Amino acid sequence: MNNQTGMSLIVKTITRLTVGLILIYGIYIMLQGHIGPGGGFAGGVIIALSFIHLILAFGRKAVFQKMNEARGLIYIASGALAFLLLSTLGFLGISGVGFMPFCDTAVALLVSSGLFVMFLVLIGLASKEKRI
Amino acid sequence: MELHLIIFFMIFAAIVAVEAKDLLSSLIGLSAAGLGLSLAFLILKAPNLAITQLVVEILCVIILIHATINKDIPLVKDGRWLFNTIATFIFVGVFLFLAFLALRELPAFGAPLMNVSKDYLALGQAKTGADNLVAAITLNFRSYDALGEAAVIFAAVIGVLAISRKTGKIDE
Repeated sequence: MNNQTGMSLIVKTITRLTVGLILIYGIYIMLQGHIGPGGGFAGGVIIALSFIHLILAFGRKAVFQKMNEARGLIYIASGALAFLLLSTLGFLGISGVGFMPFCDTAVALLVSSGLFVMFLVLIGLASKEKRI
Repeated sequence: MELHLIIFFMIFAAIVAVEAKDLLSSLIGLSAAGLGLSLAFLILKAPNLAITQLVVEILCVIILIHATINKDIPLVKDGRWLFNTIATFIFVGVFLFLAFLALRELPAFGAPLMNVSKDYLALGQAKTGADNLVAAITLNFRSYDALGEAAVIFAAVIGVLAISRKTGKIDE
């Protein structure tokens, strides 16, 4: 990765160390929502923040190779469909112990990819306006 | 039985809303269908949703009437004011009578309302396996509610993407 884009070397090094921890913390908040405070919404926001952290440190081009708008749309749609399926399963009487982490995961998929794609689109607009 | 009556009323109101010639009549048909939906929620023992449906319906009807009131307003100037006044008083009387009957059934002020909630408190952990009872209610007992919130977020994201897209836009 070239050092021209993004912030300085110090920020990049610290980001390499911390972004994984932030991602794991988001997944932890997401998965323990039925035990303690937390849940799908909060965990999804933390997961999205870890990706935004990557963008702020390394620049847009480095992240766009891994995650772009079209792929984010697939994640949004799959999260929404999964939560629709899970929450309408209750009509069939299918519910019970061990059901809630899946609900939390679906909500977190929807929220994290949704916020991340919103951020991508907004900074795309900002950079385009600056160029003009 | 009442549910079937309300559903037929809603279907009739929806047909009126689609087929009416002027916008105001169609709006009144739409709001009648929304009121029927609110009553159906009440009969199905979901007062939370009924209140939400009623409030949202009132807001939407106010906005829509405000948007369409200047477009076409049917002016009735023939001499039916006696019939109109008598009909208004009759409907107000019927409404007050029904409201009196309904309000007597309510529990006293300050009495604990624990008809459904005590089952949540007593059986929540055994049924869902969740220690966090708030999450158990929002994601398991009231999962339909959480589905609505997820749909709101989905619509917001899709709206942002649709407004700020690059392809398919006409350049200014």
